[in-house]
Amino acid sequence: MKILVLVKEVPDAAVEKTIGSDGRIDRSGEKTLNPSDTNALEAAVQLKEAGADVSEIVAVTVGPDSASRSLQGAVSRGADRSIHLSDPAIAGSDVVATGYALAELIKRESPELVLLGQQSDDAGCYAVGSVVGQFLGQPALSQVSKLELAGTTLTLERQAEYGYDTLEVTLPAVISVSDSANEPRYPSLKAIMGAKKKPVEKLDLAGAGIDAGKVGTAGSGVECKDFQAPAAKSAGTIITDEDTAATVEQIVAWLDSRKLV
Amino acid sequence: MANILVYGLAHEGTVNKNSRGAVSEAAKVASQLGGEAHAVLVGTDINDSVAQQLGAVGASKVWTVNAAEGVAQTASDAIAALVEAQGYDYVLFGGGLLGFEIGAAVAAAIGGGITVEATELAVDGGKLVAKRPIFGDTLLSTSHYKGKGVIVARTNAFEVNETGGSATVEAFDAPASAAAGQVTLKVRGEQRGADINIEDAQILVTGGRGLGTAENFSVADALAAAFGSGSAVGATRAVVDAGWFPYAGQVGQTGKTVAPKLYVGLGVSGAIQHKVGMQSSENVLAINKDENAPIFEFADFGVVGDLHKIAPALTEAIKAKKG
Repeated sequence: MKILVLVKEVPDAAVEKTIGSDGRIDRSGEKTLNPSDTNALEAAVQLKEAGADVSEIVAVTVGPDSASRSLQGAVSRGADRSIHLSDPAIAGSDVVATGYALAELIKRESPELVLLGQQSDDAGCYAVGSVVGQFLGQPALSQVSKLELAGTTLTLERQAEYGYDTLEVTLPAVISVSDSANEPRYPSLKAIMGAKKKPVEKLDLAGAGIDAGKVGTAGSGVECKDFQAPAAKSAGTIITDEDTAATVEQIVAWLDSRKLV
Repeated sequence: MANILVYGLAHEGTVNKNSRGAVSEAAKVASQLGGEAHAVLVGTDINDSVAQQLGAVGASKVWTVNAAEGVAQTASDAIAALVEAQGYDYVLFGGGLLGFEIGAAVAAAIGGGITVEATELAVDGGKLVAKRPIFGDTLLSTSHYKGKGVIVARTNAFEVNETGGSATVEAFDAPASAAAGQVTLKVRGEQRGADINIEDAQILVTGGRGLGTAENFSVADALAAAFGSGSAVGATRAVVDAGWFPYAGQVGQTGKTVAPKLYVGLGVSGAIQHKVGMQSSENVLAINKDENAPIFEFADFGVVGDLHKIAPALTEAIKAKKG
């Protein structure tokens, strides 16, 4: 079976996130593979290692040309090849429009299983998996912390509203993998070098057969604007521990001032 | 029509607080739009008294769908069909795992836009707008919808308003999609580990990944014990998932919501999923070695340092002070 892993390039965690003059997230700083996507890639590799009949793992991304570096990073973590959709017309897509484009890319490949990270480090919508599932007419499940595959039945476990849930899903399906599912391994130097030689299919909207009217700002059903600072909260006192006895004295004095001891 | 449809999550006969808060918020905003708040409950055991739990907090109509609870697809199929049949412009979710899943699928199905983690709803130019904190809550973004809109609220964002009203209850027969038939819920809400109570604690010492090992919870136990009666120990999702602590003691989006007099975070990073479960705490003390941990953005008193050095010393100091 074929596993597709959706990945995304996001601003590095150390970069202070801001809104650009175009009203979109400023993505000009240092970028990296979305950390949560490494859990999805690791899950794909672990299914293969556990003996599932995995013919190939394909990494897929939507993003500007610069995203090819993160895509290569994804390939070094166990993908056999990759697909990169890049088109200026897709910029400004909301989560539904992005999900539509991803679903169209997935239809070209007809994988049995689509994996993605639970959340993106930038927009953090936790929603794209369910949007993709809806467009594909396939079930989508998120926050999955355990996956076991037997034939075409996937047994999943996740922490939900009232405790732990166990579900069985008949493939094909779209699964968002929780960061508690695994500890992603770092790729070896050999894998990093080898990733450069793996095939990359570069597509634009026309090449992928995606309706340009359904993506980008025009194809999005929601517009985010009127950015403002939230109501100010009085800042707390933050100290750095240099002398533990003095630190503890300060904590106790604070607790005392709040009548907590 | 300016009515707002709200998804209510009911489990074992009780509609959760998030959903009831969302219904109250929808009733408030719908009245400004000249409409009403309607709700939909999905489950095989939804009777009139369950439905009236939403009538009592502002819903004028409650739709009941007889389908499995706990799986998103059956609910999203039903809600998309209701939006189509009844012409709702907006669908609101109180949050939670299913809220995100159902909301996203409904947005795709009805060709609408979606806003997640919304903390405020308002009316602007006769249309509903949703505000969402972004970038670690340093900025508020406002979503404007071109057509239909889905809003998934942040957990505990909206207050429940008991109106004492009642709703008309009507069954809605929704066609289930093929995708819904691919999913079987085997176990719902399994509890793991001891049944402990953290919600009534006045002082809650919470352990995070920074504790390092399950055994190191003894550091949190000792600190809680020093504070005396009314104290308890809780944990973050990461350590519960790692099997270091019982699920019943988990604080956050998929765990308990707490509001103690004092919350002490030991090695807790303070990710948004955790914050939504403890942000109503009166006082927040955080000890974490990572100065960039988000918890320092909302702690009243934060210490950047090694909890393994500081917490035991603090335990001794509190014991000495209490005599």
